[in-house]
Amino acid sequence: MHIKKAFAQQRGTIALRRGDDVNPSPFLQVKGLTRRYGGVAALDGVTLDLARGQVTGLIGPNGAGKTTLLNALTGLARPESGTVLLEGENVTGMPAHVMAGKGVVRSFQIVRELASLTVFETLLAAPPAQSGETVAGALFGRRKWWAQERANADLARALLERVGLVKLADQPSAMLSGGQKKLLEMARALLMKPRLILLDEPGAGVSPPLRLEIVRLVRELKAEGLSFGIVEHDMHLVEEVCDHVHVLAQGRALVSGTFAEATADPRVVSAYLGVAA
Amino acid sequence: MISYLVTVVILVAIAALVGLALNLQWGLAGLVNFGVAGFVALGAYTLAISAPHVGWLAGLALSAAVCAGLSMLLSLLTIRLEENYLAIVTIGFAEIVRILLLNLGDLTGGALGIADIPRPFAGVTPAGWGDAVILAFALGLVVIVFAFSEALVRSPFGRALRAVRDDATAAAALGKPVLALRVRAFAIGGAIMGLAGALHAFFLTYIDPSQFTPIITAYAFMAVIAGGRGSNLGLVLGAGSIMLILEATRFLKDVIPGVDGVQLSALRLGMIGVGIVLLLILRPEGLVSEPKRRFADFFPPESEKA
Repeated sequence: MHIKKAFAQQRGTIALRRGDDVNPSPFLQVKGLTRRYGGVAALDGVTLDLARGQVTGLIGPNGAGKTTLLNALTGLARPESGTVLLEGENVTGMPAHVMAGKGVVRSFQIVRELASLTVFETLLAAPPAQSGETVAGALFGRRKWWAQERANADLARALLERVGLVKLADQPSAMLSGGQKKLLEMARALLMKPRLILLDEPGAGVSPPLRLEIVRLVRELKAEGLSFGIVEHDMHLVEEVCDHVHVLAQGRALVSGTFAEATADPRVVSAYLGVAA
Repeated sequence: MISYLVTVVILVAIAALVGLALNLQWGLAGLVNFGVAGFVALGAYTLAISAPHVGWLAGLALSAAVCAGLSMLLSLLTIRLEENYLAIVTIGFAEIVRILLLNLGDLTGGALGIADIPRPFAGVTPAGWGDAVILAFALGLVVIVFAFSEALVRSPFGRALRAVRDDATAAAALGKPVLALRVRAFAIGGAIMGLAGALHAFFLTYIDPSQFTPIITAYAFMAVIAGGRGSNLGLVLGAGSIMLILEATRFLKDVIPGVDGVQLSALRLGMIGVGIVLLLILRPEGLVSEPKRRFADFFPPESEKA
């Protein structure tokens, strides 16, 4: 019952957001994005779109710039040139916490847990716009933030039950296994009122049953209206969940299309095998 | 003997205030401040200079405000600096404060310091009750600051600070404004250090630069480590036990033959060091671990519902 309530609420916000955009522009547009590290152009004028309500795969050989692209989209790396439009709004180079506030939420390739916070506290910390997170709000608005805390606790519990971590609620996050941390990261992302979830290698280092669990979760959430961008090396996982893929190589978007189209393209094959394109 | 005990309690109170401040900055927010002594000195001098003109209460407020403002400016450097470099900047800050106090003779009295600092409620204190009033004032201040720090630690604000301390990048990706949180924690901590300095000046009524040595910083770190990072209760216990050990061991020279005062004072610090090492081995989280929100706070187990 908790689960249903929690997700009905989340779906409500998503539906609201989908309802109010009548503009036909793509959900997330990346135009000519460039980011250099020293002499290396990790992103060299990437141009691509992420569609609303779909799962978009970002694949490519090592060093193609996939993680840098994710970092640039979530405020962790500042692009030198190019623009990022989120539903038509220019969000290029905005700091990480602002992007998170706009509902662009991410996971990390190597899970970054908040080591001393318990699993439950990690989830309580995730919801945006908590009035108790300002000094004045914490000191003088106790009744208000406590009410928010209660509501968030209900959502957190529902998610813990959904991902099967409820028994570990009071464990420090650092004590979890690698796969459990990935699940916690997903749960954390869901509590942030996301519009777009960017996953950096969700399948890496995860046991097969947990991998199934992650695939199931992504599909369910997509059905509920969420958009995803997924960086992944496991091509089976990409094939299973992605509606559309962009192949990146050497900091550029090489090919885009369905998984079958992209993998059949000779340029993609040569990019992966290292033959000069 | 009574006045000696009063002195010890007030020293504990000052150490507890400084420790509570550091616990907020370092224990909770992960910002290393090696310039604690500088902030305490600044608080004491701000009070000593301003109180004769504006009264003790306004002077107290000014001490807190000046230290908060400077802390805020220093912590803004964390935009550009990795966390550990803030520690170096704070060392520099303390040194600058010390040199300024020594050399701005017109304002600070240089090495001679400032005497005749007015005490709170001095006008209405009956003769002979001075120590009792300052004792009550010190304890009141500790209680207020403790309650204030507890409210912050246990609020979502405190949790966000812990998130920033654990992993600033992950906290930013979680939507937490890392810099704003750090600046606030550092400024509030600075304000409390200013209050501690003011209490120090009220109590002694005479201050000079030699009273504000880096040992104040060292004691504050010891108190936070011994008490447990993030726990205010542990902090007060830690500060209390360190000051008690330091003071109680003064009398060892009456008990142990063949140890003179100089050897003893070195031994006392050594004992604290050994104590902290033992504590870190046996109980690394400190005397009291930091308060956490439990699942059962919201969802009591079935057995307790009835």
